[in-house]
Parts: sequence; structure tokens; C-alpha cells
Amino acid sequence: MTEPSFQVAAPRSTPIANPLFEYLLRLGDDRLVLGHRLSEWCGHGPILEEDIALSNMALDLIGHATSLLALAGEIERQGRDADKLAYFRDAVAYRNALLVEIPNGDFAVTMVRQFLFDAYSVLLWDALSRCEHEGLAAIAAKSLKEDKYHLRHSSEWVVRLGDGTEESHQRAQQALDSLWRYTGELFDHDAVDDAVAAEAFIAIDHDALHSLWLTMVKDVVQRATLTLPTDPAMRRGGRRGFHTESLGHMLAAMQIVARSHPGASW
Amino acid sequence: MLSPNEIYGVLNTVMDPEVPVISVVELGIVRDVAIQNDAVTITITPTYSGCPAMREIEADIRTALVARGVHDVHVKLVLSPAWTTDWIGPDAREKLRAYGIAPPGRAEPQGLITLTRSRVAVQCPFCRSNDTRLQSEFGSTACKAIHVCHSCRQPFDEFKAL
Repeated sequence: MTEPSFQVAAPRSTPIANPLFEYLLRLGDDRLVLGHRLSEWCGHGPILEEDIALSNMALDLIGHATSLLALAGEIERQGRDADKLAYFRDAVAYRNALLVEIPNGDFAVTMVRQFLFDAYSVLLWDALSRCEHEGLAAIAAKSLKEDKYHLRHSSEWVVRLGDGTEESHQRAQQALDSLWRYTGELFDHDAVDDAVAAEAFIAIDHDALHSLWLTMVKDVVQRATLTLPTDPAMRRGGRRGFHTESLGHMLAAMQIVARSHPGASW
Repeated sequence: MLSPNEIYGVLNTVMDPEVPVISVVELGIVRDVAIQNDAVTITITPTYSGCPAMREIEADIRTALVARGVHDVHVKLVLSPAWTTDWIGPDAREKLRAYGIAPPGRAEPQGLITLTRSRVAVQCPFCRSNDTRLQSEFGSTACKAIHVCHSCRQPFDEFKAL
């Protein structure tokens, strides 16, 4: 099966006037959306410790998003701060990968999604912490420390669920199979990446990142007695503003207070 | 105007709102104190990116300095170098232990990504037994993990190495 080609000039995106801003939005939106997804578990966790763990991880991710979106706003110079960017953009203006907006599903879906993203995120932070953009390198070095805890937590859960009961194994496998098609987008490479490499010295070797990620994922999947999906068909679009319908629903809940009471403080 | 030393003295009375036995100086989050004419700029670094205590700490620093007659206070936040628990000194570690929180172990070297825990059992701050187990890496605040001691049967917090 051939993968659909990845085109940058999408109808719904405006021409990329400010690649660094666009790049930081992608990083920030991934973490904001995933952080919000995790926060949806608050009060619904399967055990108290897990409820606390998911809320803690949500807090870290939203913290990372705050730093990234604040930096994006400074670079954009349109007077938008992290709050404005988070609460006053519609789904088409969001640049997160589709993987992070997938609804929580059961606990296996949440944990497999988290693991697939965490493994990508720690590797990306590690690379970005050495990039020549001072502000982004600082955020990367800081976030990497926290994401390592997330990765350890989510990978342990994947092993526990996969190598657990017959039902947990089956649910974890189902989650892995259905989420797999959203992982390709994480390693896509387009004109924004080229531009930030040339202008802002943020050069990420996406193929190297992908192969490191695969090694890490394979190791955990194997220990979890799960089977790595082989279907190469990948769904993409989030980076260009083509999202699944679930992002709109999520943003409606996330943005309602800020939009109903703009400028309110408490 | 207070001297830099006096300002550090004032900051040493500003306690972490969530761990009220160690000051923001002992925690290592005060990175710099700069005085220019009547203005004082305190540079601090966040412990965890999403820590809700940071704004509280900022306000507490301001209040403490205003109480000592410094009115032009600027609090600047920097991310680099990233905060590490290795900056918490021996005295502050003892204070944590006395308060019932196991002090942090050595932080992992930057960049190293491991999927398994490198740390051996965390010593119980109450009875000093090493017969303990990790209950959860995520505790009541972002900076703490929950452990259980098999000897004295107490659950306890650990200040996570970061």
C-alpha cells in the first residue's frame, strides 16, 4: 500500500509566513491537547494513585505547552500570549498531530497513546536540547527531565497491561493496532522543518528519530507480549489543521470558560 | 537599600508553599539577585514546568521584600540551566527528612533515557529502614513520589530526583 504524499500547501493553511512560529505551535499544541486529554481522567482514574499520576502528567504537559506557546507568541509579535493561543484558536488553527487528540477510550487506549507519544517526546526533547535556538533548547532540557518520568510510567503500564490478563492483553493489542496509524505523522518532515533548520538552527533528523523510536517501542511491545502492527497505512493532517471531529468537541469543553468570560481573572 | 547578602537573608525566610520547611534559596530556585539603584531583580527557575506554586513563590518573594522596604521588585523566570534536585544542599535534605519526606537521590545525567528505574530502595524518613517499596511515582505534588515502609508501616513521600 502506498502512503498518501504529504503536502505542505494545504487549502486550509495559510502560506507559512513564520516557520518558527508554526514549528513552536506544533510542539505546543501536541502537549496542550494531550495534557487536556489526560486531565479528562481526573476523578475517573481506575485507582487513586493513577488518578493522581495522570493529573500530574497533565500538569507537566500543560506546563510545557505554556512555555512553548508563550515563546511562539513572542516570536509572532501579534500580542498573543500562551492563553490567547490556547483558548482563542479554532480546531483548524491547531497544529497538533492526530495521535494526541484521539479520545481517551479505555485505560489501555490512554496508556498506549501516552507511551507512543512519550517515547517520541523524550527523543525529540533530547535532540532539541542540543539545538542552537537558545529559548527552545532551554524548554527542551527542562521538559525532557519530566517526560522521562512519564515514559517510564507509561511503558511500565503497557508491559503490565500486555503481559497481564487475557482481557488486558487483548485490549492493549487493540489499542496498539488502532493507534498505530497515527504514529507516522510524528516523524513527517516538511517545509516548516526545512525553514527552521535554515533560519533558526533547529535541525532534527526525522529518520534517525523514527528509527530510535521504533527500537524503543519494539523493546516495550515485546516485553508486553504484544505484536507490533505492520500495516504501513498512516493517517495524517493535524500538522496542517485537518483534524478529526473529536478535537472540536475537546476544544469546546476546554475553551468555554475563557471564551464566555474573556479577560476574566480569579 | 539592602545589600545582596541581606536580600539573600530575606529570601531565606520565603518557604516553598508545598514543602514549608525549606526556603526558596535552599531549594536552589533563586538563581540571581541583581540591584540597580532602587530596583531589585530576583531571577528564579521553576522546579516543575507545571508547578502551580511558582506564582505563589513569586508573590511571596515580593511580599517579603516589600516588608523590608524594597518596593521596586522584579521577579524574572529563567528555564536554563534547568533546575535539578542536586542543588538542594545537605542541611536542607536533613530538614526534609525531619519533616517526613525522603530527600532526593542523585539526578540522572542529562540526556540519558532509561526505561527502568536506576534507584535502589528509598530509605524511610521515619525509621530509616531500607525495606520500602514504591507505591507511585506521582504523589500529592509534581515533585513527590509515594512510598510505603514495610518496617514501620508508614506511607511516606519522596522528593523525586530531577
